[in-house]
Amino acid sequence: MADELLLEIVTPEKMAFSGKVEEVTVPGSEGEFGVLRGHASLLSSIQIGELSYTKDNKKVAYAVDTGYAEVLASKVTILVEGAERSDMIDRDQARKDKEEAEARLAKMAKDDVDYERVRAAATKAETRLKVAERG
Amino acid sequence: MAALKDIKRQIAAVGKTKQITKAMNMVAASKFRMAQMRMENFRPYAGKFMEVLNSLALRVDASSHPLLAVRPPKKLRVICMTSDRGLCGGFNTNLIKATERFIKEKETEGKEVTLVPVGRKGRDFFRKKARIMNERIDVFKKFDMTLAVDISNDIIPSFVREEYDELYLVYNEYRNVSVQRPAVVRLFPLPAIGQEEATDPEKRIDYIYEPSDEVLLDRILPMYVRVLIYRALLETYAGENGARMAAMDNATRNCDELIGSLTLQFNKARQAAITAELMDIVGGTEALAKG
Repeated sequence: MADELLLEIVTPEKMAFSGKVEEVTVPGSEGEFGVLRGHASLLSSIQIGELSYTKDNKKVAYAVDTGYAEVLASKVTILVEGAERSDMIDRDQARKDKEEAEARLAKMAKDDVDYERVRAAATKAETRLKVAERG
Repeated sequence: MAALKDIKRQIAAVGKTKQITKAMNMVAASKFRMAQMRMENFRPYAGKFMEVLNSLALRVDASSHPLLAVRPPKKLRVICMTSDRGLCGGFNTNLIKATERFIKEKETEGKEVTLVPVGRKGRDFFRKKARIMNERIDVFKKFDMTLAVDISNDIIPSFVREEYDELYLVYNEYRNVSVQRPAVVRLFPLPAIGQEEATDPEKRIDYIYEPSDEVLLDRILPMYVRVLIYRALLETYAGENGARMAAMDNATRNCDELIGSLTLQFNKARQAAITAELMDIVGGTEALAKG
């Protein structure tokens, strides 16, 4: 039990997850990193990507939005603007969103004010699809 | 006899209105409970967010950040957050009045004001009265953080590009079910954060920052704007339904009163009719007896 880590995934809508886990993998903006119990205190921003934790040798994946992670020795708090567990994702919707965003992106100039926004939407849909496929 | 029938029809009509207002009251009540729950659920996020933001602000001098840039205010933008639908008492009226007053005040100071309406009611009112841009209407039926993200995407880049100098948010602050008060909050330039708040040095944790604390703060400030907007959205939604509950409760009570007085009228009219009929009969018999 000594290797357990308290993980909390907090979104504006709800506490998406709260419980003891063995390992967390976080999509940090400077690259993915894993956290075990006893990690040094860390504050990192999170980019759109796949966050996962391992509990009883089972891996659970979430598609997360931007936010940040606060890592303490025995507790990890994930603050993101959205989080969806892999089995909760609507694949068809994600696929549709992805196609839509990509189609819009293809028509846009790179210096368009909306370019970054649409690109983020495309990345988000792609990640959701990827995570859904895993679950 | 016609009068009797008319009153009866009126009673039935008011009864139907009462059914509607009662149903609306119950719908608003259930929506209100949901809104309250969402506000409750938002609290841990907002609390944690402020904690981290403050700890960052203590370490980094944020005053050079573009979102905190103070410029002589010539061009202003005002977000007016109303509900999409009416029938909620003075909820929107009060807010629109406050917005109008605020705009007028700033315009007499010689400033150029542009309005960003969120919610249909405010848009409809100001459509011909003010310069409008980036409107968001029919959003409250189903909204989440993405709406706050969209709004912040409208306002943040244009502030950084110096298209305007100050941004105000006018919304109904939620106090409790029946009390909402229009509040004007300055969003941009963001007021200094966390500086005056002395945190307990015991509690302060020296984190490793990834990326560096400056970059992190830079990423977190836009999120902070979204937290503020999202909270205002939640409060508007809860306030709207709270106000509608109260308004519909009043309407139902008025219907009861109306039905009461109409029933009294009806009974009186019926009694009068019976009396008149009796008088006729009595008068008739008397005439016969005399003859």
